[in-house]
Formats: sequence, structure tokens, C-alpha cells
Amino acid sequence: MDRTQRIVSARIGRVFIYALLIFTALLYLAPLYVMIVTSLKDIEEIRSGNLLLFPLKPSLYAWQKAWSSACTGSECDGLAPFFWNSLRIVVPAVAISTFIGSINGYVFSKWQFKGSNYLFGALLLGCFIPFQVILLPMAKLLAVLGLANTVTGLVLVHIIYGIAFTTLFFRNYYIGIPTELVNAAKLDGAGFIKIYKLIFLPLSKPIFVVTIIWQFTQIWNDFLFGVVYSGSGTQPITVALNNLVNTSVGGKEYNVDMAAAIIAALPTLLVYFFAGKYFIKGLTAGAVKG
Amino acid sequence: MGSISINRLSKQFGAAKVLNDIELEIQDGEFLVLVGPSGCGKSTLINLIAGLLKQSEGAICIDETDVSDVSPGDRDIAMVFQSYALYPTMNVSQNLSFGLEMKKTPKDEIKQKVEDVSSLLKIDHLLDRKPSQLSGGQRQRVAMGRALARSPKIFLFDEPLSNLDAKLRVEMRTEIKKLHQRLGTTIVYVTHDQVEAMTLADRIVILKEGEIQQIGTPFEIYNNPVSRFVADFMGSPAMNFVECVVLNNRLIVESADNKNELSVPLNDESSLSNMDTVILGIRPEMVTEPKPGSTGPFIHHFAFDVDVIEPMGADTLAIGRWNDVEVQARISPEAGMNAEKVFELQVDTSKAVLFDPYTGARVDFKPATA
Repeated sequence: MDRTQRIVSARIGRVFIYALLIFTALLYLAPLYVMIVTSLKDIEEIRSGNLLLFPLKPSLYAWQKAWSSACTGSECDGLAPFFWNSLRIVVPAVAISTFIGSINGYVFSKWQFKGSNYLFGALLLGCFIPFQVILLPMAKLLAVLGLANTVTGLVLVHIIYGIAFTTLFFRNYYIGIPTELVNAAKLDGAGFIKIYKLIFLPLSKPIFVVTIIWQFTQIWNDFLFGVVYSGSGTQPITVALNNLVNTSVGGKEYNVDMAAAIIAALPTLLVYFFAGKYFIKGLTAGAVKG
Repeated sequence: MGSISINRLSKQFGAAKVLNDIELEIQDGEFLVLVGPSGCGKSTLINLIAGLLKQSEGAICIDETDVSDVSPGDRDIAMVFQSYALYPTMNVSQNLSFGLEMKKTPKDEIKQKVEDVSSLLKIDHLLDRKPSQLSGGQRQRVAMGRALARSPKIFLFDEPLSNLDAKLRVEMRTEIKKLHQRLGTTIVYVTHDQVEAMTLADRIVILKEGEIQQIGTPFEIYNNPVSRFVADFMGSPAMNFVECVVLNNRLIVESADNKNELSVPLNDESSLSNMDTVILGIRPEMVTEPKPGSTGPFIHHFAFDVDVIEPMGADTLAIGRWNDVEVQARISPEAGMNAEKVFELQVDTSKAVLFDPYTGARVDFKPATA
């Protein structure tokens, strides 16, 4: 091939690749677009119109209804109370499971004891158990503890199953911190807690970011534990969304349903937009250089 | 005040016995160097002394107190690690004061100590920097400063100079020696570099595969090695080993054409019998160009096939073959420049040593003095 032919074929190749990428992106984003657009239309427009059409008279009616007055079963208070429920569940669950994971990771990486490898393996099983398997035993346990249908009970479940992942994250990260640092600190007279507080914790920012983002996303988006272990006043937003969509007084209000879905997904979407790059950075960060 | 007594110490990792029955008395104020090839157990031994590892058998006593159950932080020992192990999120000043803060030392005392140590090691202009902002040599000084600041009874050094470039290594070696002269604290120093061992130690302990081969002053180890392994390990360039035969009360290094024979007369007290084979060990500095002033029963001459000439500056290393045995000679730079393919060398056997060819153990022999 001569030079001009090569340039032309390179250009054609590039155009083709871009076209393919743009097409795939559009395909991927199409449902989100439809959701947003539908949530801004009124029912007449939805029923008569094309899914992809931009709203003629965009209005926030559906959003207001989804947030404060849509019916989720027998109550009609919108998603707002359940949004706060989710927050009440997610914040302590993320905080506690992350903290425990950090201590566990610290112990497994630098303070091995007899049988610690087996214990770690057993803990890791928690990452791979299909959660459906433990639903019944866990329900029994919560009943015994008097925590059935409570927010505390649901938080407890999320903490327990979160610990498997958080321990893994922290342990793998802390393995990268040279053991000689721990030895130097031991010789300097520091013990278990001081070494954690003064040496490991200051080095842990990247992995805390990773773990918190991961745990937040997992727990906020969870439906299974939410639907099984919550009672009528303690349901998270994912369960409420399901109820909202399945409750129709009169005809189905698709715009409200769409708005409700986006409201439910918004926190994790925002976390991704603002903190996503820190997630990637944290996963690939080494702990100590030099 | 800083004496260490190691009794019948052994350490096993699973099936591997890394240290076997170590007996060692370290005097207060001594600079003791543990040296040996990789895997000989020297780092394990120093970690046991520090309390970072627990021994499988035996006891370690510091100042006659058994410290086997004492935690590392309570043994009053400071250690300088090969990788320095500086606390990465703290600046130099905080690194230096960490140990003192753990011991709840009053703030003004800590401040004074940090000032003293940092000016001694010339790192006082670096106090606000973090370890990642320091060069290798600076980090090494901070690591030493951190150990010094604690004024411990015993200093442990685990190959502290290995990560430095050659020139810096030589400088820091002298600094460490000066520090020891100034402080008089017991130092246990681990290295695989026998030059460091020779230059720094009051006494050297040579380890091989978890066992002590020899303990002695650098002079003793160098001139009186107890085995072929020790003789070969210490000294650079390495000792020459030549096989020879005892014949009629003389040590003969044979040669096919009788031109390159070495014949060392033995006196009557030798323990060798006729027809014994032994290994003769002669250091390269005893194999030189013929020196006009050298005479006597220990001086012999022979011819030598030169393979390589390595000028080292102060003298020149000539590597070649003598009766098909590779021999290294230390000749003057001038002689090195004029070297021909085959030239005559002078061998001084006054400090030669003999080894059993099978066990490597030292064989006593007394060359005739007349």
C-alpha cells in the first residue's frame, strides 16, 4: 500500500471505531434517556407519543408526586420516608462494616496467629455465598435477637455480610505495607493499637475510599435483604420503589414510576460521578513508596 | 550494661532448621559482626535478639536477664533495618521522636534529643521533610538517628548499607565506626559483605547454614581461618587454593614439566604423613612480582600464565594459571603494565595455611624456618 492509501484506510478505520463506540454508548444510555424524558411528560403525552420524543411541556409534577405523595401500598407518602430509612440503614452499616474490615485486615496481614489463614478463608466464604441461601437462618436469628423487622436488624445483616468484602479489601491493601514498618514500631515500643492508629490508619485513605464507595453502593442498592428483613415502617427505598410501581390507583402513572426509579438510584449515581475516579485510584494505589 | 548471652539457640521454620545450637557471648560495648552467605541465618539471629521472632529452643540473656519472654519494645534495643523502615506519613522529626514518645519522655527532653541526634548525623536541615522526599543516604541517616535517639543498651544493624551506592557505603561505614567509638554501646551488625565485617568489627562471627563456623577478631579470622570455608569467604580477592602432596617432609606442588614446582620444607613437628594430599591456601597479596629485598625459606619463585590483568589503582590483580590451577596475584601497577603472557612471580608462604581436601578443616603445619 502506498502512503495515501494507508492514511485513507487509517482514517476510515478511525471513523468506523468512533461510530461503533458512539452507537454502543447511545444504546446503553437509551433507557436512562427514556426514563428521564418520560418522567417529565404528562400521562396523555406518554400514552399517545413516541418513547423517545422530548416532552412538549416538561413538568416536575411526577417528581413531586414520587417524592411526597405516591402510594406505596397502603400509605401514600411518596418515597421520602423510605429515602430516610435507607440513609438510616446505610450510614451505620457502611461505617461499622468498613471499620471492622479495617481492623480485620490489619490483623490478618500483620498479626498472623495459629489458624489465621483458615479463619481468613472462612471469612472469605462470605463473599461467595449466594445470599438467598442464608435468608431463613438469618430470619430465625433476628427473631431470636428480637430484631425482626427493625432497622437495627437490617443494619446487622448488612454489617455481617459486608465484613467479608471489607476484610478482603483491607487485608490485601495492608499486605502491601512492609512488615519491617511494624517491626520498627514494635521495637520503638508501640503496641497493636498504637501501630494501627499512628502508622496504618494514616496510610489507609485510598482503601477507605474504595471500601466506603463499594459498601455504600452495595447496601443502598440491596433489595433482597431489604424486602425480607424489613417491616412496614422500616423498608429501604428499593423496596418502597417496588411497592410504588406495583401500586396503581386507576391507571399506571409511568411518569411517576420513572421519577421514583431515578430518585432511588440517584445517590449511587452521584457517588459514581463524583467519587468514581477515586475508586479506581484507590484500587490501584500502593500503600507505601520508598 | 549491654552484654548479650546466647545459649543453645535454635530456630526452626516448619521443617527447616535455620539456626542450630548457637552459643555466643557478646561483651558490653563490643562491635560484633555477623557475616555469612545468603541463607546462613544471620538475619534470623538478629531478629531473635530483637525479640521480633521467638526462638524454638534455647535462651537469650541481656545483662544476665533472660529476655525470652520480654517484648521487643521492652528490651531497650534499637534496630536499623536494611530498608530503613521509616514511618512514611511522619516527617523526619516525628520519625526521630517516635520511640521517645512511646516511652512517654517529656516533651523538652524529646526536643533536645532530636536536635542533638539530627545535628550529629547532619540531618537537621531535613526535619520537616517526609521520607519520600529524602535520598537513600539521607533516609539511612534518619534510620540511624531514630535508633540513636532512644539511647538504647544495644544497637542492631541489619545490612544497613546494602541499598547504598558504593561510594556512600564506604563513607557511612566510617561514620558508623566513629559513632561506635564515640558512644561505646554494644553493636550487633549483620552483613554479607566481608569487607564491612573486617573494617568494622571488634569480633566477627562467621555463619554458614545456621551454624557458627568461627568467632574471632578480624586479624584472627583473616590469618588463622579455622576452615577452608572461612578462608575463602573472608578476604577480597579470595584466597588461592592449590592442591599439593606431602613428600619426604616437603610440601610439593607438582607440575608436569618440573618447572613450576613449589617445594615447602616442613619441620619435624608436622602432623602430616607422607603421601597425604592437602590444600594449600595462599592469599593473593602473598603472590607478587619478584621483590628484590625478599629472601628466606618462605620465598619461592615460579612462572605463571597470565589470563587477565585487572588494574585496581593502588595495585593490580593478575589472574592466571599455575599448573592449571587458577591463581590470583597482587602485583604492583608497574609490573602489571609490563606483564607478558608468562611471567615470573614470587610466592611468600610465611602465612600460608593448609586444609584437609575432604572436610575443609584446617590442618596444622609448621613450615621449616631454616
